[in-house]
Amino acid sequence: MSADPLRDDYADQTAQIKQFFEPVMTEPIPERMHLRQPAWIAHAKAAILVGIGVAIGLMVSLVAPLSSDPSLASSQLPLRAARAHLVYASEVRHPVEVDATQQEHLVKWLSKRLGIDLKVPVLAREGFELLGGRLLPGNEGPVAQFMYQDQSGKRLTLYVTRPHKGDALTAFRFAQEGPVSVFYWMDSECGYALSGELDRPALAKVATAVYRQLEN
Amino acid sequence: MDYELIVPYIPNLRRYARALVGDRDGADDLVQDTLERAVRKFHLWRPGDLRAWLFSIMHNVFVNQLKSRKISSDQEVDDSFAAPVPGVTRADVLDLQRALGTLAPEQREVVLLVALEDMSYADVSRALGIPMGTVMSRLSRGRERLRRVMNGEAAQQRSGLKVVQ
Repeated sequence: MSADPLRDDYADQTAQIKQFFEPVMTEPIPERMHLRQPAWIAHAKAAILVGIGVAIGLMVSLVAPLSSDPSLASSQLPLRAARAHLVYASEVRHPVEVDATQQEHLVKWLSKRLGIDLKVPVLAREGFELLGGRLLPGNEGPVAQFMYQDQSGKRLTLYVTRPHKGDALTAFRFAQEGPVSVFYWMDSECGYALSGELDRPALAKVATAVYRQLEN
Repeated sequence: MDYELIVPYIPNLRRYARALVGDRDGADDLVQDTLERAVRKFHLWRPGDLRAWLFSIMHNVFVNQLKSRKISSDQEVDDSFAAPVPGVTRADVLDLQRALGTLAPEQREVVLLVALEDMSYADVSRALGIPMGTVMSRLSRGRERLRRVMNGEAAQQRSGLKVVQ
């Protein structure tokens, strides 16, 4: 027997193993892997570990590690949100971890992980439907990301984080991070950032709607 | 110390564990124990190949679990181990999983690290703490056996091989 058919078989084998187990890569990390055991807590002097459960999103902070200096946190909000937007809004197959058909579960789950009651703005009047959401690790705890899409396929993400120690309340502000426009603000409970590859006036319209719904 | 560095590898560890152990709970136990140990031993990690280091920890935990019979050397396949892949039936996945289960654990490890992680012989050698020659022979034996089982050439008898050293 020549070696070639064998080699082909092995190549198929490898491809098959990879393909069949690929879905595990995007499964949500089980709750018990997050914070269950004291060993983690004992060793996790830094609150960094609060976000340990969510693996996928961390690519973001690895791409360009950020300082965890809390005084910088508020100015980092738009940057982090924009990076998370770039990573996930371009995802074709897995833009979200939990899709909008399970909205109730999604909101409950993310609220539990962040420890706050999250509200999901309805942006139908602005032409955007909720696709779903995912949990991301932030420097100091979990972060929720909700994704919206309009009819042309344009996506927006709403990034919601717990405030960091020493954060000041921040009024409604605009930042441009590369191709991504971001409107962000911080109230006493949360930091919010709405990101999209839209121009400022277009995003402002949606961001205003989000702001109104969340701050009322 | 930045344990955050470990986090991006959790999906890789889970994927490998799922293929290695077969059932979801057993695999996640393996990942969990690996993560705990990695955090405890993080100070021993020298900046370098973190992935190989994490997989070497998983290997040690796996071997210990086999020894303590926390997991069986034969896979216990359940039907919830992988989410569906478009165009692939559950039966296909189960067939592959069963075929993997016929490999000796030490062969399964090498085959899976190469297939799932695209590891080189050197990476596998580091992760499993075995010489390159051993990596190559386990890989070729494992692949050959898997091929035969998948082609129905070999009876799917249990390998009955011993625990990995």
